[in-house]
Order: sequence, then C-alpha cells, then structure tokens
Amino acid sequence: MNWGWIPRNIDLVASLTWEHMVLALVPVLLGLAISIPLGWLAGRTRIARAVLVPVTGLLYTVPSLALIVVLPIVLGTRILDPLNLIVALTIYTVALLVRSVADALAAVPAVTIAAATAMGYRPFRRFVSVELPLAVPVVVAGLRVAAVSNTSMVTVGALVGLGGLGRLFTDGFQRDIPAEIVTGIVLVLALALLVDGLLLAIGRWITPWTRVGAGARVRAGAAA
Amino acid sequence: MIEFRGVTKQFPDGTTAVDDLDLVADAGRITVFVGPSGCGKTTSLRMVNRMIEPTWGTILVNGADIMDHDPAELRRGIGYVIQQAGLFPHRTILDNVATVPLLLGWNKKQARERAAELMELVGLAPEMAGRYPAQLSGGQQQRVGVARALAADPPVLLMDEPFSAVDPVVRESLQDELLRLQSELGKTIVFVTHDIDEAIKLGDKVAVFRTGGVLAQYDEPGVLLSRPADDFVDNFVGRDRGYRGLGFLSSDGLPIGELATVSVGDAGPSEGWALVVDGERRPLGWLDGGTQANGAVTAGDLVPGGSLYDTDSGSLRSALDAALSSPSGQGVAIDGEGRVVGSVSADEVLRALADARRTGAAA
Ligand SMILES: Nc1ncnc2c1ncn2[C@@H]1O[C@H](COP(=O)(O)OP(=O)(O)O)[C@@H](O)[C@H]1O
Ligand SMILES: [Mg+2]
Repeated sequence: MNWGWIPRNIDLVASLTWEHMVLALVPVLLGLAISIPLGWLAGRTRIARAVLVPVTGLLYTVPSLALIVVLPIVLGTRILDPLNLIVALTIYTVALLVRSVADALAAVPAVTIAAATAMGYRPFRRFVSVELPLAVPVVVAGLRVAAVSNTSMVTVGALVGLGGLGRLFTDGFQRDIPAEIVTGIVLVLALALLVDGLLLAIGRWITPWTRVGAGARVRAGAAA
Repeated sequence: MIEFRGVTKQFPDGTTAVDDLDLVADAGRITVFVGPSGCGKTTSLRMVNRMIEPTWGTILVNGADIMDHDPAELRRGIGYVIQQAGLFPHRTILDNVATVPLLLGWNKKQARERAAELMELVGLAPEMAGRYPAQLSGGQQQRVGVARALAADPPVLLMDEPFSAVDPVVRESLQDELLRLQSELGKTIVFVTHDIDEAIKLGDKVAVFRTGGVLAQYDEPGVLLSRPADDFVDNFVGRDRGYRGLGFLSSDGLPIGELATVSVGDAGPSEGWALVVDGERRPLGWLDGGTQANGAVTAGDLVPGGSLYDTDSGSLRSALDAALSSPSGQGVAIDGEGRVVGSVSADEVLRALADARRTGAAA
C-alpha cells in the first residue's frame, strides 16, 4: 500500500474531516431541537404518543439513498446541495430521538412534577428547569446513538458527491488507492468514537447529581 | 385561616373524592386531616392551592377566594410539603430550599442566604448545603422539604403525609421538631396523615374523613377520644382511646402525696418501699425495704423506677402511667428541674378523672 498518499493529501483529509463533522453534527443539533417539542407533545396525551412515536420511528426505515435522491425534489434544492444530506440526517436523528425524549420525560417522577407545581412553577418554566434537566441522562444516551449513526451515514452522501470522508472511499475506489480508502474508514471510526466519548463526557458533566449514589449517602451520615 | 364552603370534588371518571366539605382551619393552628387511604385527604389539600379545582363550592384563604388568584402566584404564597419529600434530584439541598424565593424573583445571593437560614431552622448541618437529595437519609430529606416550603415565609403551610415514609423513631423526632417550629412560627398548617396517633399528637383540631370524602367529625383531639361522633370514628380512633384521652386532661389540682426517700449510703427503711434520690433530690431508683444486706443503701440495691410525672407540664395520662409503672405503686412526681416533689396514686388520678367528667371537661 502506498502510505505516501496521506502526507501528500493531508489538506484534503483535514477539510473532509471537518466537513464530515459538520454534516454529522449539525443534524444532531437540529434533530434534538425538533425532538424535544415532539417528545413533549407525545407525553401530553395517549393519542399523541400512539401517533408520534411509531410514525417518527418509521422514518428510520426509509432508505437513506432514496431520501437523498427524493429530498431535492421535495425541497427544490440542487442534487449536490449539502442541505439534502443535512435534512436527511436530521430526519434520522428525529426518528431516533423522539422516543428517547418521550421516554425520558415520562420517567420524571410524578411527585417531582407535583412538587414543582406546588412551589409555583408555571408549566413552561417547570418543563425547562425541572423536567428537561431530569430527562438529560436518557436523552444523551439517545443522542450518542444518533451521533454515531449519523457519523457513519454521512458517507452515503459520497454517492451523490457529498459525504465528507466518504469521498475518500469513492475516490480511492475509482482511482484504486487503497491507502485512501483505509484512511477514510479509520477516520470515520475515530470520529464516531470521538463524538460518542465527547457526548458521554458532556452528559456526565451537566448531570453531576447522577454520580452521587448510595455510597455517598453512607458518607453523609445516617442521622435524621 | 382556610375556609371550605360546601366544597365537592368529582373527578371526570365519576369518583366523588370530597363530598360537600364545610370546615374552617384556624389561623396559626395545626389542623389535621386524617382518615383511611382514598378518603379524599390529598384532594382536599390540593384544592387549597388549586393543584385540583373544586367541582362545587368555595375555598377562602385568609378571607380571599382562591379563584381570584393566578394559580402559580397563589402557590408561591402557600408552603407545600409533599409526600416522599419530592425534592428536585438535580439541585443541591441549598438550591432546593431556595426554589420559591427564586421564583419570586429574589436574586440568587439573597435566595441562598435565606435558604441557609432555613436549613439551620430545621436542623440541617451547613455542610449538607452542597449535597444532592440522593445523598440524604429519608428523615433529612423531609427536613429539606419543610425548609423548602417555609423559605418564602408563607402564612399557610400544607403538608401531605410528610413523615409517613420514615421509620418510627425518626418520625417521632420530626413530629417534635414540627411542634417546636410551629411554636416559634405560628403558621396556619393543614397536615394530612392516615395515622391517628400522629393526628392526635400534632393537631390542635382533627378532621376525620371517611371513604367517599365525607367529613365524619371535626374536633379537638381530646374530644375526638372522649366523644367520637359515631362508630366509624370510634373504630378509627382505635383501642385504648379512654387511656389516651387522659393525655388531654390537665392534672392541675391532682393531690401530691408524701413519699419516703433515702440517699445512697443512708440506712434504708426496715419495710415498705422508699425512693432513692441523689444530692439534688433527683430520683435514682426504688429500694425494697429490708432487702439490703448491711443496712446502708448501695447502688446494687436499686430497683429501676417507672415513668416520671412532671407536675409542671404533665397530664392525667402521665400521672397514671407514673403510678402504674412504679414498682411501689406510687408514681414519682417531679418539678420542672427534675427534683422529686412527692407521689401520685392511680386512685387519685381516677378520682380527678371523675371530677373532670362531672364538670364536663370530658364525657
Ligand atoms: N385524578 C384522579 N382521577 C380519578 N380519581 C381520583 C383522582 N385522584 C384521586 N382520585 C380518587 O379520589 C379518591 C380520593 O383520593 P385522595 O384524595 O388521593 O385520597 P387520600 O389522600 O385520602 O388517600 C380516591 O378514591 C382516589 O382513587
Ligand atoms: Mg393522599
């Protein structure tokens, strides 16, 4: 294998890595922003849940290539517009996250919500400052799955000329440069692991209360 | 003052949880709602702060119809201690307690200072401030719940079975603490429980509910014990109500009899019981006359005593218990400093009870 390909193309690799990150993570953020109100809505009534959770979940089964081909028609974008990929991956993120958000919100103890109401929270503020923070651990678990899935799915975009590091696959294949293909695979994997680890760390950092447990209670003393 | 006027709550499924409730919870007093599970206690309580809206009727808090207030603002002015504490798991103890002041728009520093004061008031060590609820025992969590409810100094406090999830020893100390707090703060408290003993201990007045949300009796605890309105209340109040009722009868005027006392090292009596006291006349134990080997009383001769009757604050119940639990049959009467002042007998307690009945203090 000709490893000399890497140093010669380091600038290309760097810019594709960056593009890959943006294409994978912007949809994660957009998807999260859409999933929170949808997940909240699913928690309002039984009917909303019975409709929203399966329907959004079903979106995940739409083949990605089909979506990328169909979206330009729906959105009126050019076939090479990165927006197509971003919208497609946002849809997949929503498909994965609505259930996570709905489940996470449903798991907030009723007594905690009642306490917040009794203290004088209005519904919106209660949602933002009590229910949502308590949903974070489960939502972050869903986000990690979505982010890893997106990171690998971005490569599909390479088939229509998008796709960040995925272009190293298509290009390396057409021009028969194995080092290029391997570089692409390794970097996609590394990126997925990095994003996953980063989300895990952020999730832990913003939920310090989840790391105090029974052991801490013993240290706190048994006095009433 | 909290006033229920013809209040009924029917849930959409047809359940009548509260049925035509008329009741006044006096200002500055503890009113207890007690009754079996499902009798509408929580529903009644939650109608006061509009967490549940009455189907019919009116509720007034300090003279104002609660329906004239915005619900969230109404709630910020009414303390609420919820079953199982209901602390916010993601907030430190200090921030839990600071909740209502922050909702009222205080700045963070003021709110936290106030929260620290409240923690001290309910007996929580300052080092708890930075911990999370999961790091506290059940009893500590309940204290936080009380502190959180009191943080904005509301005139009214609603408490829904606040101590039911903790073990009996901790529960007792939390009850005592609540009575101490109330003697300082004088809040209008409505306290819900299913435990009749808790109701009788804490309530200035007790409302007994029966299934279907019907108020069965609303009276002072002494009256509840001596004159239950019907068989349901009689049954609910439970066994030994005659004896427990003595706890609400003053022992003023109960005759204090002579009591033979000796000190350690003195010669004991040749027969009969004597109470052994220390240099301050505090009781150490009883001595059975003639049993000590060489005439001088030693610590080894002492028979443990029974309960003590405090003449300053005791009731007929404590006087009777002192007499019944004493090995000599004479109850030890002490003053506020714990010094022996004489004896009480079961006969005298029963005579005092008969007098009280004749004058109508008890039925
Ligand atoms: N949201 C509700 N919908 C229907 N029935 C309810 C609701 N909440 C309470 N109930 C019913 O109303 C009755 C009184 O409940 P509650 O006030 O919680 O009783 P308690 O606090 O005395 O145990 C019970 O029969 C209960 O099942
Ligand atoms: Mg209840």
